[in-house]
Amino acid sequence: MENTKKNWPLWEIFVRSKNGLEHRHFGSLHAADAEMALENARDVYTRRNEGVSIWVVESKHITASNPADNGELFEPAQDKVYRHPTFYDLPDEVKHM
Amino acid sequence: MSEKEVKNLEEIFEARIARDEKIEPKDWMPEKYRQTHIRQISQHAHSEIIGMLPEGNWITRAPSLRRKAALLAKVQDEAGHGLYLYSACETLGVSRDELYEQLHSGKAKYSSIFNYPTITWADMGAIGWLVDGAAIINQVPLCNTSFGPYARAMVRVCKEESFHQRQGYEIMLTLCRGTEEQKAMAQDALNRWWWPSLMMLGPTDAESVHTEQSMKWKLKRKSNDELRQQFIDQTVPQADLLGLTIPDPDLKFNEETGHYDFGEIDWDEFWQVVKGHGPCNKERMSARVNAWNNGEWVRDAAMAYAEKNEKRKVAKAS
Repeated sequence: MENTKKNWPLWEIFVRSKNGLEHRHFGSLHAADAEMALENARDVYTRRNEGVSIWVVESKHITASNPADNGELFEPAQDKVYRHPTFYDLPDEVKHM
Repeated sequence: MSEKEVKNLEEIFEARIARDEKIEPKDWMPEKYRQTHIRQISQHAHSEIIGMLPEGNWITRAPSLRRKAALLAKVQDEAGHGLYLYSACETLGVSRDELYEQLHSGKAKYSSIFNYPTITWADMGAIGWLVDGAAIINQVPLCNTSFGPYARAMVRVCKEESFHQRQGYEIMLTLCRGTEEQKAMAQDALNRWWWPSLMMLGPTDAESVHTEQSMKWKLKRKSNDELRQQFIDQTVPQADLLGLTIPDPDLKFNEETGHYDFGEIDWDEFWQVVKGHGPCNKERMSARVNAWNNGEWVRDAAMAYAEKNEKRKVAKAS
């Protein structure tokens, strides 16, 4: 078999389990095109009523953050305690706020 | 990276796992962790795919439409499990084609239980009850394993596996409540599948080469011998309920330990089958390789069709 030949690309599968909930990443699969990816996702990920809607995205179109950058991306949020309600001292008489 | 830096990263890595943190595909990981996971996850995936063959043998001959629908659904689940696992494995940077190549060339292994033949309908019962039963015992602890994509795949697999075991036990139960001949058929299936099922839980702890490292990485939570004991303890009462006899004259409940003592396992047979000399190794591999090769033109045609459509779309848009 020649190595240059094109294999079915990888797709990421997102499923909405029921209306009112967001689509959630379920896994991935290979398919020749988007239509086949949807059909395969139906068979692979929703054999037991797990979903009411499916999104498929070719994996190469996803840009992901690099865990090596987690420090500069996420650590600044850690010292911003004033973004949380518990940072503010209020008298007990103010019951619900 | 210097050796010292790698060592430092390894320590941080091991500490994360010890704290029960999950490792995700893009995180730094020791090369050995990556390789061990590729090996284990792909072996697991291959087992699901090859595992369809012994049961596929009976789909067209199932005794009723109810049994046929159930068996078909079970085999379809196994295809699904294989696919969840292959895609989890691919997140480690190995391609699906490489994984198939490893299976087809014999470089990668699959569970040796699937190298035994399925000669009567009762084998469908025994496989569901015993083989899936042993698989569940192996798999449940993996829902908490350290590599995120593997753990998530295992949660889905385990959710679906319990139907497999129940449908198998129901087949056995029906046979055991049937005619003398049907009951004898169930007993014969148990006789043939009992020992291979015990072997499925892996070599004894003394012989198992991967245990210590695998425990650390939570690829294993209990040793092979502990899992085997758990399987025996839970299965013997189920056999009693069926009125069947486990084919082991040394099997006896030990009041002191609270567990069943059991006879010697024929490990020579196990290693023979692992090394490719089981009753169906050749048949399984050739069925698998033929399916892949004979399907090549379909895969190529689908890809050509997708490319043609894509070009048309681009031409229309411009």
